[in-house]
Amino acid sequence: MNGSTPNIVESSKLLVAILVPLFGSLAVMLTGKKRPNLRESCSVTAAVLMFAIIASMVPDILAGRTLHYGIFKILPGITVTLRADAFSMIFALAASFLWILAAFYSMGYMRGLNEHAQTRFNACFALSLFGAMGVAFSDNLFTLYLFYEIVSICTYPLVAHHQDQEGYDGARKYIVYLTSTAKAFLLPAMALIYVLTGTLDFATNISTGIFPPGVNATIVTILYIFCILGFAKNGVMPFHHWLPGAMVAPTPVSALLHAVAVVKVGVFSTTRVMLYVFGVNLMHSLNLGIPTAYFVSFTILMASIIALSKTNLKARLAYSTVSQLSYIILGVAMLTPSSIDGGLIHIANHAFAKITLFFCAGAIYVATHKKDISEMSGLGRTMPFTFAAFAIASLSMIGAPPVAGFVTKWYLLVGAMQAHQIGLLLVLLASTLLNVGYFVPVTYSAFFGKRPEGERYEGIKEAPLSMVIPIMIAATISVVIGIYPNFMMQFVKAVTG
Amino acid sequence: MDFLVMHQGLPLLSALIFLPLAGAVIGMFLPSESSARVWALLVTIANALLSIPLYTGFDLSTAKFQFGEHHPWIPIWHINYTLGVDGISLLLILLTTLIMPFCVLASWRYIARRVKAFMVCLLVMECAMIGVFAALDFVLFYVLWEAMLIPMYLIIGIWGGPRKVYASIKFFIYTLAGSVMLLVSIIALYLNSAPHTFSIPALMGGNYSTTFQILVFLAFFLAFAIKVPMFPFHTWLPAAHVEAPTAGSVILASILLKMGTYGFLRFCLPITPVATLTLMPYVLWLSVAAILYGGFTALAQKDMKKLIAYSSVGHMGFVTLGIFVLNSRGVEGAILQMINHGVTTGALFLCVGMIYERTHSRELATATGIGKQMPIFVTFLAFFSLSSLAFPGTNSFVGEFLVLAGSFSRNLLITACAIPGAILAAAYMLRMLQKVIWGGVDNPKQSLIDLNGREIVTLAPFLLFVFWIGLGPTPFLAVMHASVNHLLSQVSLAAHSTAIGMLP
Repeated sequence: MNGSTPNIVESSKLLVAILVPLFGSLAVMLTGKKRPNLRESCSVTAAVLMFAIIASMVPDILAGRTLHYGIFKILPGITVTLRADAFSMIFALAASFLWILAAFYSMGYMRGLNEHAQTRFNACFALSLFGAMGVAFSDNLFTLYLFYEIVSICTYPLVAHHQDQEGYDGARKYIVYLTSTAKAFLLPAMALIYVLTGTLDFATNISTGIFPPGVNATIVTILYIFCILGFAKNGVMPFHHWLPGAMVAPTPVSALLHAVAVVKVGVFSTTRVMLYVFGVNLMHSLNLGIPTAYFVSFTILMASIIALSKTNLKARLAYSTVSQLSYIILGVAMLTPSSIDGGLIHIANHAFAKITLFFCAGAIYVATHKKDISEMSGLGRTMPFTFAAFAIASLSMIGAPPVAGFVTKWYLLVGAMQAHQIGLLLVLLASTLLNVGYFVPVTYSAFFGKRPEGERYEGIKEAPLSMVIPIMIAATISVVIGIYPNFMMQFVKAVTG
Repeated sequence: MDFLVMHQGLPLLSALIFLPLAGAVIGMFLPSESSARVWALLVTIANALLSIPLYTGFDLSTAKFQFGEHHPWIPIWHINYTLGVDGISLLLILLTTLIMPFCVLASWRYIARRVKAFMVCLLVMECAMIGVFAALDFVLFYVLWEAMLIPMYLIIGIWGGPRKVYASIKFFIYTLAGSVMLLVSIIALYLNSAPHTFSIPALMGGNYSTTFQILVFLAFFLAFAIKVPMFPFHTWLPAAHVEAPTAGSVILASILLKMGTYGFLRFCLPITPVATLTLMPYVLWLSVAAILYGGFTALAQKDMKKLIAYSSVGHMGFVTLGIFVLNSRGVEGAILQMINHGVTTGALFLCVGMIYERTHSRELATATGIGKQMPIFVTFLAFFSLSSLAFPGTNSFVGEFLVLAGSFSRNLLITACAIPGAILAAAYMLRMLQKVIWGGVDNPKQSLIDLNGREIVTLAPFLLFVFWIGLGPTPFLAVMHASVNHLLSQVSLAAHSTAIGMLP
């Protein structure tokens, strides 16, 4: 040490953070179905432990340091290396905290419905988090790809959980879309980037990227398109079909994986590559940003329109997810500091709101076995807590103050104005109206609608406490980070400088 | 003999070749069938241990052939007994010696009749295979190359499945047809060299006319392309694999197929470099055809062995692609992919053999939904399948990635056409995995016993290598550098002298 504070710190904490869910999964497998309480406590312990380790990195990151840990060296310029910077913390903090809530919630859900194969379910759940944390802490494209693929494989058993024809069909669609886009686009992109630059390491800031000056513009543009399409977990049309298909999974899976872990792995990877492989400067000079923004605008509007037409609650939420994920990419693609802020903060904001919505859908299903929105008319008076949480989370999706989604929308609108893109501004406004269109009627009819003919909701009460409490916590956090956005914003600000 | 680093002390390569042969001779006189099993296992393990100094004593800094041995054999025809290994053959010899004990273990119960004869065949096979990789004299090489044919023919023909006669004869005729062309080109080279010689290193970089080179290349190519097998010379392979007993399939997939690609590297590139450069585009397109054809055909298979056999056609297509892009990433990736394919496909054939021992069927339909009854087995199967589809973190990914990187710097279009092969690999492997682990909603009811200790011991080392090469390939790649660079310089030297442009 020569007195100056080193910016990069070697820290084995990173390794421990991703090993905890891996060992948690092994512990779940070993305890097995004979000891369900012990098994579930393994899940919960792993979740709490992982969050604690990640939270303990916060002071270092806020002090401007980057944590770093090399594990394997594959080829010159290709390693398995972990890195925690402000960008990774946005995703890692949100996902690891929500795992705790989801672990409690799924205990209530799976036991409430007396689901089969709960050991496999819990083990795969933890393995998926292992993959998701690996993605969050990737230091290079290879590590990212490795964990991205681990997430694909480990979530397959979760999607196919019911093992009926519908489950198999949904799971097949899921795996076909995710692995074939990764192989078709990411693999060649990675090989070509390696040929052009001799490395796959991410840059340390969002401006420079890793391409040497004077590199062939056509090839870089093709690589960029491949990277956007290759991470199909980001739900950008036309490769979004896997997401509604995956809704056959049990609701905790839809909640954590398809509102938080899996889809956020997709957008996180996409934006990580946009900012840290290509970089803002190169995207500006090749004019890649605004076309991308218009490209994902189509997804934002189209998915919302489809969501309007869905009467199955989970299907509507699924299309809402498709639409909202593209907000994140839209924000980054506009390439102004405010829009990037808005995009990145939405990783966390959307996570908390969407998991609440899915949790509510699951709680309604456990309590009433109802899936269709039309059957839920008047149910709000029977299940007030659940529907209150639903209402709060809907407001966040719409982007109304004081809930977190408003922060996103504010920054995105400012960003669109700074970028002088009236078209994108209109997209954001239209999307907001569409969100109102498909979220408000659900809450309205639940609280103020007439009960369906002959339906008295007798014997129906709120779902078990282990489900309602996580719902309330998640909804509360949406409000808290809406009123007090600074905690998450300081990571975002550290990214954009 | 400036190409050879003579070995002092125990002639290691000769020992590796003749120990199994001596084991085979003694094996013939053993009193009982069960003692033959133990004996074969001991001999193959001893040989595996004996081969380890080959790696530890290997000098990474030189491209010369090491552990050299040289004795005159038939002096009037300039035929010598010359042995040596370089960075290209070293790993292949180690693969052979390390995989043989597992072939014996896999035959423990599978082979129920004429056990002694089977084990003798395996040991003779090992002798010939190591010899082929170590031989530096063309006649010696050819003798051993042909010698491999007979025990393999017997293994398929005697211990094979219902269509064993058809399969073994097809295998024999195809390979023999290729061998004849090999013999013709060996003699042609001998007559064209001055002074006349059969020494393989001495024939490298010879000053042959372009027409002569192209003719020799085509003859070599036919012989090796059949062995690889490259599309469209592959039709013997699925038949042979399906009928062969497990150990036969493993040897075929893991080692015999590598003889073809080894031949390209050892003979086509350095002896006929001008022809290699001239014909390179055609070979690359044939490789792409093999990758796509193998993938599509594998996707349609109902028989698991056929599926893996066709996947081999695709995977070996990646190997030939890597060899003929003629840059160090491509060639090193190709050599690593040869080893990877040996490890992964060998293990997959072992897995299918284990299902066959239980259900007496290789049909995918009868093996559906066994995940519940055999969790240990499907865990192994899952890892090997992931390795086969080049999942990141496994061995095949490193090889395939290097081949793609090398290939991209040669030709964008050809590489782009090979990419669907990688998608197909994921498709057919995940399809098989889904069926075996989960099945559908109407799985056949059967009670199967999970793997026993012997079977776990058989599979575990393969898994070790899957992850070792996948996460730390440096020790495997390091041995190749010097030899691969030397090989490529031999090719580019010829390119300069004949003014054929090489891309950077």
